[in-house]
Amino acid sequence: MRKLFALLLVAAMIFTLVACSDEKKPEEGGLIKVGVINNPPSESGYREANVNDFIKVFTKENGYDAKFYYSIKNDEQLSTARQYITDGVDYLLISAAETTGWDAVLKDAKDAGVKVFLFDRMINCDKSLFEAAVVSNMANEGDTAVKWLLDQKLPEYNVIHIQGAMGSDAQIGRTGALDAQFAAGTMKKVVQQTATWDEAEAKKIVESVINSGEKFNVIYAENDGMAKGAVAALDEAGITHGVGKDVVVMGFDCNKWALRELLAGNWNYDGQCSPFQAQVISDMIKNLEAGKKIEGLNDAKQIISVEKGFDAATLTQADIDTYGLGE
Amino acid sequence: MKKAKTSKFFAKNAQLLIPLIAILLLVIFNLIRDPSFFSIGISANNRGDPVLQGNLVSILNGASELVILAMGMTLVTAAAGGQDISVGALAAIAGSVFVKILKGGAVTGPTVLLAFLACCVAAMLFGAFNGSLVAFFRIQPMIATLILFTCGRSIAYWINGGATPTVESPIINAIGSFIPGIPIPTPILIVIVMGILFGLVFRFTTLSLYVQTVGINQGAARLNGVNTVGIKLLAFIILGVCCAVAGTIGVSRLGLINHETLLINIEMDAILAVAIGGNNLGGGKFKMLGSVLGAYAIQMLTITLYAMKVPSTDVKAYKAVVIIILVVMGSPVVKNSMSRFWKKLKRNHPAGEKEVA
Repeated sequence: MRKLFALLLVAAMIFTLVACSDEKKPEEGGLIKVGVINNPPSESGYREANVNDFIKVFTKENGYDAKFYYSIKNDEQLSTARQYITDGVDYLLISAAETTGWDAVLKDAKDAGVKVFLFDRMINCDKSLFEAAVVSNMANEGDTAVKWLLDQKLPEYNVIHIQGAMGSDAQIGRTGALDAQFAAGTMKKVVQQTATWDEAEAKKIVESVINSGEKFNVIYAENDGMAKGAVAALDEAGITHGVGKDVVVMGFDCNKWALRELLAGNWNYDGQCSPFQAQVISDMIKNLEAGKKIEGLNDAKQIISVEKGFDAATLTQADIDTYGLGE
Repeated sequence: MKKAKTSKFFAKNAQLLIPLIAILLLVIFNLIRDPSFFSIGISANNRGDPVLQGNLVSILNGASELVILAMGMTLVTAAAGGQDISVGALAAIAGSVFVKILKGGAVTGPTVLLAFLACCVAAMLFGAFNGSLVAFFRIQPMIATLILFTCGRSIAYWINGGATPTVESPIINAIGSFIPGIPIPTPILIVIVMGILFGLVFRFTTLSLYVQTVGINQGAARLNGVNTVGIKLLAFIILGVCCAVAGTIGVSRLGLINHETLLINIEMDAILAVAIGGNNLGGGKFKMLGSVLGAYAIQMLTITLYAMKVPSTDVKAYKAVVIIILVVMGSPVVKNSMSRFWKKLKRNHPAGEKEVA
């Protein structure tokens, strides 16, 4: 029995050796070798779009030999990064699960001549260890949305503000700009309440405002689901909403179904935290390959993604196909 | 004579006092705070149908899922002497199955019925899984259901491939919102139907008796020929059906399934409803009406806090304070001292005794 087991082990070892040697193919003609380490697409609709974006950009047709790895665990990401470095990739693109623990690996990468780009999430490390980081500034989203709202020049702003889970990045980023307006007195806070991303809870909050008989003309919900919940409450109460109607409805995330509501004129605005960073990174890599320098970085070596905000009046079906998340 | 009867009825239903007092206090509080809180009106919705409006409607409507889950939770608590903490996750699975089947083709009456039956079957299977862990393997219910609590929403995620699909249909709208022509929200009607179903089952079968027997003394129940394993399993399967109904309502309200947020944290409220209803969380005797009232009390508290515009960050703290008061009021220590106080009061006023006699 023990012998059989030993034999099996030996067989397994030989098999892995063979498998390893199989992988060492001769260099394919002039492709740039890229290792992409990301979080799994199952994390959220945002991540799914993010993952697909990288798969779409880093293709053979675009001159890349790309490997992709997804994990929500930092240590698994770290060991894969090491593996990619020993495999001899030219570039390492990382969206880290955690912000710490990457120093040693990034130093190894630098010693081995592997250039590192960060996307979506920053890593706590010396900025000499990476070329550039493409990240979102959460506050931008809220700023863009509130600026749009001010541009509507409504005679008065009575806002129902439905917040996401308190303390989450998205909630903080989307709340800040509106809070500033409340503080400045340009907009009136009818109610500001968290529904912790729960659609049904958002509906209850709006219902309670309707029942109290207070006036309101703007619903600012921090994601699409909660905006849908709020709209359900309006529908039941016979209050009209959307383009040119009584109540302005604003959501975030740009799910395809939500953008379709915009296109139908039922909602007015949808903002997005852009999950599309692959093209920006690809352009930088092409620049480096051509011997040029990377430009447009801020002091922290970051490039801030441009956040989209869609207005129901100008949205097109093409926008939905390009920028919409999910189905 | 009549008074003796009322006092007997009173003693029998004493446990209903706590949720009733809770509701009464909230009603009084709201009436003082804003006398128009309970005003009800009829207005037309955006489809042009007349519908009932008002905080009272919101409370009854919004509590529907919680009430249905609390009904099932009461049975499980009584039979197994523990709670199922996976009801929210299971409702998310049921809701996902419901939407998955509707997305397969056109939304018509028969497909909605089929989807509902399928989600019932799925939920019953998961309920049976929980139940068999508890009944056969004698794992503590909270530990056994921790498994589904942990992985349930992942399973729901897989069912729809991670998307949050939407279903638009007048039929779905009729289930989750209003049936055209009927001004009462449909979820309230569904709760009434569920209540009648449970009432009939308790009236015409021995389920209630057997569940209590198993909960009070399992060994004695077995020696008397009660199938203790079967009864526990059945309780979990019935709770599964409750989860399917709650999930279907939850999905139909907005025509959207979000596996992460559908009925999130509702398991805690459902257990709380059972506790506020004066039921023993250790199993045994139970009163479903108590849990139902408890659920409405919780919902009324939530809506009151919304109406008071309590800041987002403070809501949970306020809720906790009220819950502490309710739970302490229902605790054995307070109950005993109250009944002692009551007896003393009676002794000091023997006239009352004579009247009763």
